[in-house]
Amino acid sequence: MVTTASAAGPALTAGCAAPAQAVDGGTGAHRCEVVVNGRRQSLRVEARASLLDVLREDLQLTGTKKGCDHGQCGACTVHVDGRRVASCLTLAVKCHDREVRTIEGLERADGALHVMQQAFIDHDALQCGYCTPGQIMAAVACVREGHARTDDEIREYMSGNLCRCGAYVAILEAVRDGARRMQGGEHA
Amino acid sequence: MRDVDYASPGSADAVLARRAAAEAPGLRYLGGGTTLFDLMKLQAEAPTALIDVTRCEDLRTMDLGRAEWRFGAGVTMGEVADHPQVRAEFPALSESLWKAASQQIRNMATLGGNLLQRTRCAYFRGTPAYPCNKREPGSGCSAIAGANRGHALFGGSAHCIATYPGDLAVALVAFDAVLELRSPRGARRLPLAELHRDPGDTPHLETTLAADELIVAIRIPRVPAAKASVYHKVRDRESYAFALTSAAVGLQMAGGQVIDVRIGLGGVATRPWRAPAAEQHLRGRALTRESARQAAALAFADAKPSPHNRFKVALGIDTLTDALMQSKERL
Repeated sequence: MVTTASAAGPALTAGCAAPAQAVDGGTGAHRCEVVVNGRRQSLRVEARASLLDVLREDLQLTGTKKGCDHGQCGACTVHVDGRRVASCLTLAVKCHDREVRTIEGLERADGALHVMQQAFIDHDALQCGYCTPGQIMAAVACVREGHARTDDEIREYMSGNLCRCGAYVAILEAVRDGARRMQGGEHA
Repeated sequence: MRDVDYASPGSADAVLARRAAAEAPGLRYLGGGTTLFDLMKLQAEAPTALIDVTRCEDLRTMDLGRAEWRFGAGVTMGEVADHPQVRAEFPALSESLWKAASQQIRNMATLGGNLLQRTRCAYFRGTPAYPCNKREPGSGCSAIAGANRGHALFGGSAHCIATYPGDLAVALVAFDAVLELRSPRGARRLPLAELHRDPGDTPHLETTLAADELIVAIRIPRVPAAKASVYHKVRDRESYAFALTSAAVGLQMAGGQVIDVRIGLGGVATRPWRAPAAEQHLRGRALTRESARQAAALAFADAKPSPHNRFKVALGIDTLTDALMQSKERL
């Protein structure tokens, strides 16, 4: 398995994924045994490679988006061992022996959408949709953490996910409704 | 970004053994990576090797004792922010963490790394086209005659006025926290108040840590003033932003008089800033909005604003006054 490094070009190349760069498995390549969406992956990664780039470039899991690439926008949110993190600031090598879940791994085994995904559709909680995978991964974690009990709490604990289209009103409605459905046991 | 060497030992002893064996000048300890990896992408940091300390279970212990609380440096921000006993008995500590960063970042960032987070000054983080003495020693400071709305009122020099961005350290400095440090050469303790340096003419030297020293734990003496403490943070937006001004306050009163008061200020100084003159003013007095405001004015009496951040003097006085009154309401 080849791997990528993050962009080696000028700073602030947000939105531009680095081209795939082969590593020969010698110096600089680190073993990363990681379970992604329930499937074990044996990767070789450079220490400087972000989890985000490895997901997108090596595993072709492009549902996770690169927004700012600096931990400020939340578009790259995934779960590592059940906790939401910014995959752009997570070294892939840190995920050795860990479980990663991305937006592609959220649906049920029968292919039905997760109730939070359905809630975002039902409430039209997006315009361009670029931030949506990160919003949904953050929202699912927010509910599981117990941080979705009031609107104010949802606003506070979703504040790491920016939506430049400004769909916040509907996002709040979706998270509130998705939380209700998750707590109702539809799909925790 | 250059590639780096990487290792993730399973104990503090193993981290220090590795550090002792590899005398690389560019070797750095790595926590969650939310600062260091970010700055590597900006080419403001270029380590040659990383020793990841987040797999050290012995750095992830929490001991909430009667006389003292001890947090391993590898505990995450989120674990402390959400801890029920911390929320109940030391609200300023919890608030300083949950008002900092997003939940994603709090799940990643360690306490030790949080203390060492570097300034958000746009010239430091920006392109090398703008001189920055932190980034390139001796190149000059672009902020002093540039865009300095976010910059410091206290502690600056002719070489740097960058603000220390953290919140946790502001709460800790008010409560006399002490750090446990280890290196291959031994162990020592360091008051948090002595961790950060004034920029002076060497703004690239931000702490008093030796290159091989690792923060292994934070100790906080338990005092009654923690119970009604507050971390009040004023930002451009209501969540997930760095402080324009912030105040950590602890308060203990008896017979209508202040017995003990602790005041730390954030967003306004080059390092975590304590306000002893304001504390002194309030000890032995009744706490009213008037006395709180007098104390807050004393705290900002020596402020040295820049052209774009003069508003922070009045805002800082309001922030501290409000924090003191909020703390009184929690008694």
